[in-house]
Amino acid sequence: MVLWELFSTFFVIGFVSFGGGYAMIPVIENEVSQHGWMTAQQFTDTIAIAGMSPGPIAANSAILVGYSTAGVTGAVTAALGILLPAIILVIVVGTFFIKLHHNPVVESMFYGLRPIVTSLVIYAAISFAISSHLMSLEISWKTISLLLTFGLSLFALLKLRWNPLYVILLSGLVGVTLYS
Amino acid sequence: MKGWKILFQLFWTFFKISPVTFGGGFAMVPLIEKEVVEKRGWLKSEDITDVFALSQSVPGAVAINSATFIGQRIGGVRGAIAAMLGVSLPTFFIVLILGMLYFFLQDNPKVEAAFISIRVTIVAIIVYAAIKIAKNSIVDKSTFGIMVIGIPALFFIHPIIAIVVGALTGVITVSIKMKFGYKIERERKAEKGDKDKLEYFMGAGI
Repeated sequence: MVLWELFSTFFVIGFVSFGGGYAMIPVIENEVSQHGWMTAQQFTDTIAIAGMSPGPIAANSAILVGYSTAGVTGAVTAALGILLPAIILVIVVGTFFIKLHHNPVVESMFYGLRPIVTSLVIYAAISFAISSHLMSLEISWKTISLLLTFGLSLFALLKLRWNPLYVILLSGLVGVTLYS
Repeated sequence: MKGWKILFQLFWTFFKISPVTFGGGFAMVPLIEKEVVEKRGWLKSEDITDVFALSQSVPGAVAINSATFIGQRIGGVRGAIAAMLGVSLPTFFIVLILGMLYFFLQDNPKVEAAFISIRVTIVAIIVYAAIKIAKNSIVDKSTFGIMVIGIPALFFIHPIIAIVVGALTGVITVSIKMKFGYKIERERKAEKGDKDKLEYFMGAGI
């Protein structure tokens, strides 16, 4: 039963996962909290692990949600669920619509899809900022240190162009030093 | 026999490239080109551009989609499955092992402390992704409008509905604009060329 729920949930997500990345976080989060599969904090950590690993964020998160819900079988089921739509669509499109991306209707769909994908990513940032206590109103050294970590991380990514993996690892070290 | 050899070659080619695809995106593009066009001679340079463009027009990660497209071109449905398994298996196991470690260690005070900081860094990574995506998706006032309305709307409607509504809004906006004879900025491909067009989805896959 749980396996079927995992499969069907990620199968549906697979059909709308345009971009395959951070835009899918709110979609997956929505399902995870509705099914009660994980706590908000576990989910945020899941995204962190998905971001540290090679491979697409959406598929990685599906694997992790599946694993935490139903072990290795769950991980395989969730991965199949999110990958199957891609393989179906690719085969159909590859067989019949090789020039799909030149189709005017598809082009105008993407004209609207792209900004909404941007909204989804911004929304994900806001909801994670709330759940990671970044937007807390209480002023303490912890809040200040978190804000500082946020600022420095963004600086390392945007200006220094560091690989996100290194930023995550360094941030983890900072966390161990400051909060344990 | 020959058929199986091709299937294995497809599987193996993408199996080797897969662990490099951090974020599932464009780190893979030059590697795929090298393997598929130069080394194996499966596709021509012109065709591979089509494959990458097509991979972005279909839901799912670019890395997986392009591998599947190439597999399908070379070996039909079986080729598509072989290439997809090749590209997915290595990352599947890496994620699974990291996930096991996390669930095993999550109550360790040191790991807990590390994740307090990592959670905040993830917010920064998502903001960074948003900036990169916005650069290529917000091309005019209408797209900016859709994005701005989309953010508060997501607090009230299901994200999948938002995606569908977004696509419909795109079709409607473009047809209205055409009716009134406005020029439509599609994407920034016209001015900057293919390389930047690929950048758009990179936001999806840092």
